[in-house]
Amino acid sequence: MILGKVIGNVVSTIMAPGYESKKLLLIQPIDPGGKPKGKSFLAIDAVQAGVGDIVITLDEGNSARAILNEPNSMTVKLVVAGIVDEVSL
Amino acid sequence: MKLGKVIGRVVSTQKVESFEGLKLLLVQQVDENLDIVGDPIVVVDTIQAGVGNLIYYETSKEAGRVLETIMNPCDAAIMGIVDELFVKDQK
Repeated sequence: MILGKVIGNVVSTIMAPGYESKKLLLIQPIDPGGKPKGKSFLAIDAVQAGVGDIVITLDEGNSARAILNEPNSMTVKLVVAGIVDEVSL
Repeated sequence: MKLGKVIGRVVSTQKVESFEGLKLLLVQQVDENLDIVGDPIVVVDTIQAGVGNLIYYETSKEAGRVLETIMNPCDAAIMGIVDELFVKDQK
């Protein structure tokens, strides 16, 4: 799973089947200290996260479909699976 | 998923059977500020995007699931067209 910060969201009306009524968030991966690290990506939201939240993101198709309760035919890989309250090192 | 901009079309006559009837587009990955990232790739389009559209696309084996046969060999597919992109100012 990837630690990241929600930096934005995407509004879309034309989309592939299964994406209707799903929220898309723009995530910037961060290191445990909170510094940005690597390229941003888009993920489907499953926990009602918002801009500014630190989140954990899954990067695996079958897990993502299980979380979203979607059939096997849906294309999905990245899903926001939790909001981080605290990271202690 | 990644953000990308459609920069062209790809026409292919001789191709594997599973790609017949599919539209192929050339997509340049962009970041949240719409700056270019990396090299353009060829992506399968099932939602009728056009040149100039800002889109989001999925890569890896998962992308093949947009096609009728789930186990189709396909490693990049457009998932949707971006209407609006909101990015929080990080300064």
